[in-house]
Amino acid sequence: MSNTDALIEIRNLSKTFPGVKALDSVNFTLRKGEVHGLMGENGAGKSTLIKVLTGLYQRDGGEILLESKPFHASRPQEANNAGISTLYQEVNLIPDLSVAENIYIGREPKKFGRIDWKKIYQDAENDIRKLDLDIDVTEPVSSYSMAIQQLIAIIRALNLSARVLILDEPTSSLDLAEVKQLFKVIRKLKNDGIGILFVTHFLDQVYEITDRITVLRNGKFIGEYETAKLPRLELIAHMLGKNLDEFTLEQQKELKTKKKASDSDDFLRVENLQKKGAMNPFSLEIRRGEVMGLAGLLGSGRTETARLLFGIDKHSGGSLFLDGHEIAISSPKKAIDQNFAFCPEDRKVEGLITELSVRENIILALQARTGVLKPLSPKQQEELADKYIELLQIKTPSRNQSVKNLSGGNQQKVIIARWLATDPVFLILDEPTRGIDVGAKSEIEKLILQLRDEGMAILFISSELEEVVTCSDKIAVLRDRNIIGELNGEEMEVGNIMRVIAEKEAVQ
Amino acid sequence: MKLLQIKRKNIPFLATISVFFLIYLAGSLMYDNFFSLRVFVNLFIDNAFIGVLAVSMTFVIISGGIDLSVGSVVALVGVLSAKLMQDYGVHPMLAFALCLALGALIGSVMGALIHFFELPPFLVTLVGMFLARGLAFLISLNSIPIKHPFVDKIIDFGIPLGFRTWLPVIAIIFLVIVMVGIYLQQFTRFGRNTYAIGSSEQSAILMGLPIGRTKVLIYTFSGTMSALAGIVYSLYTCSGYPLACVGLELDVIAAVVIGGTLLTGGAGLVQGSLIGVLILGLIQTFITFQGTLSSWWTKIVIGVLLFCFILIQRYLSLAGNRES
Amino acid sequence: MKILPDIQNPNFQRLLWPLAALAGILLFNLFFTPGFFEIEIKDGHFFGSLIDIINRAAPVMLLAIGMTLVFATGGIDLSVGAVMAISGAVAATVIRPDYVKGVLEYGEIQPLYLVIGIPLALSVLCGLWNGILVAFVGIQPIIATLILMVAGRGIAQLITQGQIVVFIHEPFQYIGSGFFLGFPFPIVMVVLIFILTYLLTRKTGLGLFIEAIGANAVASRFMGVREKQIKLAVYMFSGLCAGIAGLVVCADIKAADANNAGLFLELDAIAAVIIGGTLWGGRFTLLGSIIGTLIIQSLTTTILTRGIAPEVTLVFKAVVIIAVALIQSEKFRNVFSVMVASRRTKA
Repeated sequence: MSNTDALIEIRNLSKTFPGVKALDSVNFTLRKGEVHGLMGENGAGKSTLIKVLTGLYQRDGGEILLESKPFHASRPQEANNAGISTLYQEVNLIPDLSVAENIYIGREPKKFGRIDWKKIYQDAENDIRKLDLDIDVTEPVSSYSMAIQQLIAIIRALNLSARVLILDEPTSSLDLAEVKQLFKVIRKLKNDGIGILFVTHFLDQVYEITDRITVLRNGKFIGEYETAKLPRLELIAHMLGKNLDEFTLEQQKELKTKKKASDSDDFLRVENLQKKGAMNPFSLEIRRGEVMGLAGLLGSGRTETARLLFGIDKHSGGSLFLDGHEIAISSPKKAIDQNFAFCPEDRKVEGLITELSVRENIILALQARTGVLKPLSPKQQEELADKYIELLQIKTPSRNQSVKNLSGGNQQKVIIARWLATDPVFLILDEPTRGIDVGAKSEIEKLILQLRDEGMAILFISSELEEVVTCSDKIAVLRDRNIIGELNGEEMEVGNIMRVIAEKEAVQ
Repeated sequence: MKLLQIKRKNIPFLATISVFFLIYLAGSLMYDNFFSLRVFVNLFIDNAFIGVLAVSMTFVIISGGIDLSVGSVVALVGVLSAKLMQDYGVHPMLAFALCLALGALIGSVMGALIHFFELPPFLVTLVGMFLARGLAFLISLNSIPIKHPFVDKIIDFGIPLGFRTWLPVIAIIFLVIVMVGIYLQQFTRFGRNTYAIGSSEQSAILMGLPIGRTKVLIYTFSGTMSALAGIVYSLYTCSGYPLACVGLELDVIAAVVIGGTLLTGGAGLVQGSLIGVLILGLIQTFITFQGTLSSWWTKIVIGVLLFCFILIQRYLSLAGNRES
Repeated sequence: MKILPDIQNPNFQRLLWPLAALAGILLFNLFFTPGFFEIEIKDGHFFGSLIDIINRAAPVMLLAIGMTLVFATGGIDLSVGAVMAISGAVAATVIRPDYVKGVLEYGEIQPLYLVIGIPLALSVLCGLWNGILVAFVGIQPIIATLILMVAGRGIAQLITQGQIVVFIHEPFQYIGSGFFLGFPFPIVMVVLIFILTYLLTRKTGLGLFIEAIGANAVASRFMGVREKQIKLAVYMFSGLCAGIAGLVVCADIKAADANNAGLFLELDAIAAVIIGGTLWGGRFTLLGSIIGTLIIQSLTTTILTRGIAPEVTLVFKAVVIIAVALIQSEKFRNVFSVMVASRRTKA
């Protein structure tokens, strides 16, 4: 195939951040009239690639050709002007302004020096007709659904005479019907000769809409494939960097001292818990002294599951049973009253109170439980802090050090310490080892098993499949916001997890 | 069918108009002479300076900010123009021009501090409030009467409306500024960008709109209008007094909110603020006509109205969130 | 027990700048204002410029104590001045219930606990109102408290019918102008409230929760910190402090002036808190706010003794607040350090 119909050609693109090689000699080609999926797990370099392309980041090496001419954007505006438009997961429109105005704001047509509203409304009307939409362009954007808003954003982008459309997870918050509507428009644009770069975590969608797929992993180019000729399992293997044969033979790590699951009754039972638009109904059973792992690709619903169990998101259906009794978990407070604990994925935003000291961060959850009137004495606080600093080997110059000065791994340990101080019966760990060094990581893995042996029930979420296999007693596999399978005992292998993700049809 | 549907974003404005007519109707039914051209015109004269401020405050609040300095700037301009005219013999037009320039300067500096150093608007404009009031005291501690033949001419000028009523210069300025405000808001990119910033600054940045320039311009506009309101106030009272208009910013903010502008930014109309100012004026007039009700009822009624409108806004935004 | 403050302690470092500023003003007076540091004892009472400064600053100190906690939760309370007016008006009305109707007789003398208790209960109610709007209705603090700022003064005027209610009530007047152990009672009261608030926040979990909510509300909620209840309590406390400040002013002048009592003191209180080093949402320091108040008041007194119009202090306040705000602004520090660096390379 000749490259004459190539819109964008990227060769040997590199981008380094302090300490990380985010892109390492990456190649990528986008042709006219194709939908090209860009796939990869966290840290693969997808968003870095997009940001270099749109001028948010500057590249360190390599070249970008736009229609065979060298191209370089130093600001997003330049990329826009060159015909490259980007749509993000969050709709970037002005919610209070009308549909028409959102399409034209910043470049409103003028007549006698004043904004020509008549023309704006007429043009907007024409624009939405072209995409077979039937909406009132004088209504504020906020009165329409997310899907319509995405389409409006696309119209705005196209109006900037876009030849390349980058869609960065546009479907994350859309329901099935809305995705269909979006895809209809994407196919239409494709037929008009526009090149579309599509990033998503939904496997079904990739296979439905893309013509070709480029896979990145850890900043490296893995390969470019025709979608129709790439089996799902192979795609997952490429994304995760695993060779399937390796895993069927792989020995379980020594670390794991598999314990026969206790014969006690279920400690926590979840039946058909769900939240509309975030997580489809699922059921789970966890016993005391058991680690349940959640495995799945990015965006498969792992964090959503955790948030439902901890009452951060209110479920719209289903029930929870603790030791056979139905309980209502409608807020984190309620969950904590049941002795639940939750270490969130986003440490900085949801976990740490960065302005406060290590000591304060460690005692906060316990203090919140004992209440305002029963303060922990300074001595108790210091003892608690010291106990966990030693137990978890938190590296800090002093317990009064501001927690923002600690490394990622030590910050994570502070959050775990905070919850251990409350002596929980059920601990949810969402990506506890993300972004921390190998040593700290294996310490945390060891800790999980130790806590399990002490009788704690643990829900363990990680995007690293080996880790899930190593630490879990059973594994629930997720895909596209569903729990699609459960693995026990000998079945628990990385290969099997991948097979489940690839093969099982999602329950709709 | 479509005409009958009330759009959600219009509810605050419709509520404002209803409140205005309710008070006007009540006053007209209860008191003779309430429903007269003179009383109506007086609304525009007595509230001219608040009206001018309400126009610029509408822009500030729509952009998601607030300007607490307006009352002090009015006082500063009043004292400064009086001092220039009376003690230094500066011609009124030149004095007024200098005052407008000073207002623009104060506003642009505040805007720059807010934008470039990301300081909260309430803090920066609070400082502006202290500074302007302090400068006013530095210029004079006492009231300075303004006596100038040219100023007298301006004050005496008016457009006859019939029934022995005149529309004086300050009311004309008020109405002209309202028109200018509506034009800026509806027909210029500056006006539309104001909405964009207040509604979603993040989106506005990603859409490539000129955020910094717009923000600085908004506060410059507010400072200039504060100076103009100061001139209007000088013409209205024929004096400059450093303690004038203490707490005026609250009345202006109240007028804008009662006029249907969202305090969180993103929505509102200059014409709404006009009605808001007239409502405040009507309440005053009502209480004057009533005779036995005292002035503090004004504050309480304004507080209650403010509360109701803020609750409406809160409810609407919650309802909006639930929908999407 | 440590006696010397720990210099490495961030809490102490935060106070360094305000302390330096205060020291600077005092030093200036040491050289240029004769007799500034003299303290006389007359009839067993202390008198002098320093005592006077603290005494005058007492109402704002009370407001600043309440405001500090509100600020730390990431809020603001604009209504404190109006609440002061309400509190004073109610106290005067309790003492002379029929004054506004033109009856000049006192009737029976009201017991002190009613004269103090009723206004303070109402002040707490005002705080409750603010707290409900902020914590439960979810209105931004600046807007929620604006309502009471506007309407509150009207309510105070309604209570006094716009008149200045003068009164004589010996026990009550003691709050404003009495002496305790030789010190003016308002000072004693501030010290008491300060110690009480310190104990309440630092010896219970409250202070930690307030800082946690202000610094990261989401994480606090995930830990089960009762965000709404704590915010409610903080606004109620701010109302109480304002109420006490209102009583002090009212008892001092032996009259309730609904028009002017507490007028613009909310701005002084906010300024004091900012100057004192409390962050908008996060770490707070009660002592810093007290020092902030002292800076403002000693500045005012200094200017007075220089023979400059006291109103001009506004200019100084403005300069100080913006300077402190700029120092705290990360953007400014970045720009500033770049400027310094480029100058160095040039030189």
